[in-house]
Amino acid sequence: MNTILRVIGGAAVLGAAGLAAFVFVPVQRTVAVTDLPADWKAPEGAGEYVMYAGDCMACHTAEGGEPFAGGRAIHSPMGTIWSTNITPDPETGIGGYTLDEFRAAMIDGIRADGAHLYPAMPYENYRLMTEEDIRALYQYFMEDVAPVNNAVEATALSFPFNMRFGIRAWNWLALAHEAGPSAATGDAAFDRGAYLVQGAGHCAACHSPRTTFMAQDGLTESDENYLTGGEVAGWHAPALRGEGSAPHVWAVEEMAAYLSTGRNAHSAANGEMGLVVRDSLQHLTDEDNLAIATYLKAMDGEPGTPTVAEAATTTETMLTEATDLDLGARLYMDNCSACHFVDGKGAAEIFPELANNSIVTAPQIGGLANVILHGAELPSTEHRPMKLKMQGYADRLSDDEVAALMTFLRQAWGNDAPPVAASEIGAFRAPAH
Amino acid sequence: MARQEAKKDVVIVGLGWTGAIMGIELAQEGLEIVALERGHDQNTVPNFQYPNMIDELKYGVRLKMMQKPSQQTVTVRRNEGETALPYRSLGSFLPGNGVGGAGTHWNGLNWRPQAEEMRLRSYIAENWGEQIIPEDMTIGDYPVTYDELEPFFARFERVAGISGTAGNIKGELREGGNPFEGWRSEDYPMPAMPSTWDGVKFAEAAKAAGYHPFPSPGGIASRAYVNEYGMQMGPCNHCGFCERYGCFQYSKSSPQTAILDRLKQYPNFSYRTESEVLRVEMAADGKTATGVTYFDEKAGEEVFQPADIVILATYQLNNVHLMLLSGIGQPYDARTGEGVTGKNYGYQMNGGVTMFFKDEHFNPFIGTGANGFCIDDFGMNNIDYGAEGFIGGAYWRSGQTNGQPIRSMPLPSGTPTWGAGWKRAVGEWYGHAMSIGAHGSCMSYATNHLDLDPTYTDRHGRPLMRMTFNWNANDIRQTQFMKSKMEPLAQSMNPDLMQSSFKKEGAQYDVRPYQTTHNTGGHIMSATPDTGAVNRYSQAWDKHNVFALGAGNFVQNTQYNPTGLVGGLAYWTAHAIRTQYLSNPRPLV
Repeated sequence: MNTILRVIGGAAVLGAAGLAAFVFVPVQRTVAVTDLPADWKAPEGAGEYVMYAGDCMACHTAEGGEPFAGGRAIHSPMGTIWSTNITPDPETGIGGYTLDEFRAAMIDGIRADGAHLYPAMPYENYRLMTEEDIRALYQYFMEDVAPVNNAVEATALSFPFNMRFGIRAWNWLALAHEAGPSAATGDAAFDRGAYLVQGAGHCAACHSPRTTFMAQDGLTESDENYLTGGEVAGWHAPALRGEGSAPHVWAVEEMAAYLSTGRNAHSAANGEMGLVVRDSLQHLTDEDNLAIATYLKAMDGEPGTPTVAEAATTTETMLTEATDLDLGARLYMDNCSACHFVDGKGAAEIFPELANNSIVTAPQIGGLANVILHGAELPSTEHRPMKLKMQGYADRLSDDEVAALMTFLRQAWGNDAPPVAASEIGAFRAPAH
Repeated sequence: MARQEAKKDVVIVGLGWTGAIMGIELAQEGLEIVALERGHDQNTVPNFQYPNMIDELKYGVRLKMMQKPSQQTVTVRRNEGETALPYRSLGSFLPGNGVGGAGTHWNGLNWRPQAEEMRLRSYIAENWGEQIIPEDMTIGDYPVTYDELEPFFARFERVAGISGTAGNIKGELREGGNPFEGWRSEDYPMPAMPSTWDGVKFAEAAKAAGYHPFPSPGGIASRAYVNEYGMQMGPCNHCGFCERYGCFQYSKSSPQTAILDRLKQYPNFSYRTESEVLRVEMAADGKTATGVTYFDEKAGEEVFQPADIVILATYQLNNVHLMLLSGIGQPYDARTGEGVTGKNYGYQMNGGVTMFFKDEHFNPFIGTGANGFCIDDFGMNNIDYGAEGFIGGAYWRSGQTNGQPIRSMPLPSGTPTWGAGWKRAVGEWYGHAMSIGAHGSCMSYATNHLDLDPTYTDRHGRPLMRMTFNWNANDIRQTQFMKSKMEPLAQSMNPDLMQSSFKKEGAQYDVRPYQTTHNTGGHIMSATPDTGAVNRYSQAWDKHNVFALGAGNFVQNTQYNPTGLVGGLAYWTAHAIRTQYLSNPRPLV
C-alpha cells in the first residue's frame, strides 16, 4: 500500500515537475543557420523585398491602419487572433527586439518574452528562410519602418487555447524540419522558386491541408500532402500540384503572369489570393515570379499535357442552340455569357475561364457563391493597373437561382463537381468582410 | 473670400479623354497634378454595371449620363437677328458629365482626319483656286500637318484600343482597308470587328457599284486587349448599348478602360470631383494664369487652386465658355471678323437612307456603336469641289448600332405614331429595316460662332455662352450631292420601301432632335495670334501657361467623328509640353 502510494506520489511529483518544466522552462531558440559577421549589412532594398515576399503587410496591417502597426483580426477555428504591431515602436511594437529575439519569432514562434506565438504566424514556413533574409528583414523593420505607437487588442482565445504553453507540444509536431532552406538541386530558377514558395512565401500555409492538430500537412515537396489544397476564410485554396492543378495545366509564363498581376489567360485572383497579389507577389521581380512558376510546374517532374474534356463542346452547343435550357443554363445566358461566353473560356486576363476553374469546382462552395453574390475585384498592380471588377448578383438572383447557376457551372464544359442546394446559399448572403 | 488649396504644378480642368491623357503624360514627368472634374466619379462597376446600365428609358431617353442643363448649358440662336434662348432640354447634342466625360458615352467611332482636311485652304487653292471659297467661309489650314500628327494618332489608337483594317500603311494600299485614308505607320492595334448583315449587304452593293467598302474603325474591342499602360479591354459581345451608355463589360474604349486606373497609381496625381471650374485666374500683368477658381459642390463654396500650368480639358463648349469668361483670347466679333475666341464654331452635316425589306431579317439585338462597313469614295479628298459646286465630303456607313425599342424602330414614313396602325407596322417592319448614313463635313463660317449671352446667366451668376449657328447653302449642297449618289445605291439593293433624310435648301438648324455631339471650334489653332486662340501646340497665344485641348482646336470640323483627332492633338500637345515647355516655360511659337 505504502509502496503503491509512494509510486503514485512519486509519479505525481515527477509529473508536476515535468508539467512545470513544460510550462515554465524557457524553450531553446534555434541558432542562426549561417554565421554572418556581426557587421553584416543587407544590400539596399533587400529587407523590404523580403517583407514583400513574406507578405508581412497582409496580417500585420489593419484595414485602413498604419503599415505594420497590427490590429488585424485573423479568424481561426480557436477564435480571433489579433495581429501584433511589428513597427519598431519600443513600447507597443518590436523596437526592443534583438536580432536573436527577432529570429526566434520568425523561425521558432517565440516572442521576446519567451511566450509562444500562435501559429497564425507562419513560422513553420519562415523557418526555411536564410539567415541573410532574416537579417535583412530585421534591418528593414528596425531602420526603415516608422515606429507607430499602437497597442493592439490582446488575443484572448478561450480555454484551452489561451494556454500558450500548449503550443510547445504543438511545435514538437509542427517544427519537425531543420531550420534553413531546402537543399539546392542546382537548377537556379527551380531552387529560387522552391525557396520562395516554401519559405517567405508560406504558400503551404493555405495551399497545404491541415493535420488533425491543425499543423500544415506538408512543408516541402517531399511531403505527400504538400500543396495539395487547403482552405482559407471559407475559400478553397486549390491544389498546386498534381493532375489538373493550375501549375499542371498552365504554362510557366501564364502562372507567372497570374502571380504578378492577379490575372492571366485562364483565371483571376479573387478573395484571399487577390490580397496576396496586391500586397506581396506584384512586388516581386518578374524573375522571381517565373522562378515560383518554374518550381510549381516541375516539383514532381515535368507534367504531361493535360487532356481537354470533350464535354466542353457539348455545353457550348447546348448554350448556342438555347432550346429547352434548364434554369441554371438560362441564368448563365442571361447574366454571365456576355463576358464568359458560351464556351466558358472568357477572355485572356480580363474575363476568367470557368472551365476547369478551381473556384468553380472547389469542394468548398464559398468562393464561387461569394463571387456570384458579391462580385470580385482584382487589385491594381504594376503591370496590370486596372481594378477589374465583376459586379455581384445578390440583388438579382434568389438562393434557388444562385444554386441552380452554381450547379450548372460546376458541371459545364467538363467540370465535374457536385451540385449545390439552395439551402447552402443563405450563409453567404452577408458580404464577406 | 475663396478657400485656397495648396499650389500644384498643373491643374487640369475636366477628367475626360484629354484630361486623362494630359494627366498621365505629365504625371510621368513627376509634376504635382490635380484634376478638377465638374461631375461625379464613375467606374465600370458599379456605375455602368450590368444589367442596370441596359436601361434605354433612363439613359437613352432621360439622358442620365449627360450634363444637366440646370447646371450648365448654352443659349442658341440661328443668326444675329434672333434672340438666343437657353438650351433647356438636351436635343441636338449631348455633352457628357462625370469622370470619363463624353469618352464614356460615345459610340466608339474613331477616325483620323484626311491629310487634305488638315490643310484645306491650301488644298483648295492648289486644285481649284481660292476664289471658289465663299467669302463668309472661314476655313483655313491647321498649323500642324497630318505627317507631324501621325505618330500621335497611332499612339492614341494604341492607347484607346481601336479595332479596324488599315488601308494605307506607309503609302502601301491594303486590300480591305480604306484606300483613301491618310497613311499609317502601323496597322490598327486590333483587327476589325465582325459586321452585322446590314453592313455586309451594304458592302456587297457598294463593291458591285465600284466603291471601296471597309470595316468601320472603332474603339470597341474585337479581342482581349492590353495597352501600353497595362490597361485592358475585353472582347465586345455586341449588346448594342454604346452611345448614351457606359460599357458594362470593359469593351468600349474610354478613359476608364484606357488610362484612369494607371493614372490613379501616381502619387503625384489627384483628382477632385464635383468641382466645377468657374474661371481661370490671371496674374496682374495678364500674361499668365495663376490657377483656377472652382465651386466645390460638397462644401458649397468657391475654392482657388493655384497652379503653374492650367490645362483646359473640358468639353469643347465648356472650354470656350471658360476662355470667354476668363479673358483668354480676344472674343470673336462676327460683325467685324476680329477676335479669336468663339470663332469657327463647327458641327456636322449628316443625312441618310433607310430601306425596308419584307424578306430580310436583320437581327436588331446585335450591334455596336462602330458596327458595319463604310465607304470613303465621297470623302473630302474624292470630291471635285470646282465641278460639284460645294466644298465638303462625307463618309458613309451602314451597320446597326442597336435595336432599342423606344428610339430604334424605323418605320415607313406615313406610319401612324401610335395606335393599331403603329403596332401593325412595328410587327411588320421591326428587324426588316437597314440604313446607310452619310457623315458629312460642315465648314466654318463667319456667321457661326460662340460668345457670351447678354441676358441669361447660370447658377453662379456667370453669363451663359451663346451659340449662333445655322446651316449653310454650301453644306446643304454637299448633303444633297450625297443623296443623289446614295439613293441609286440603295435602289440597287431592291428594298420594298425606302426613304431618305437629307437636309434641303433653306433648312434651318433645329436644336430639338438629336443630330450629333460633334461640336467643334471656338478656340481654334492658328499660325498667327490674330487668326485663332491657340497656337499649334494648343497653347493660348496670349497666356502661355494655359493649354486648351479638344475639338475646340479644330479650324474646321472634319467629315469624320472627332475623337481620333482630339486624341492625337492631346498626345501631340503633351509631347510639346514635356519636351519644350517644362524646361523653359514660354510661348512655344
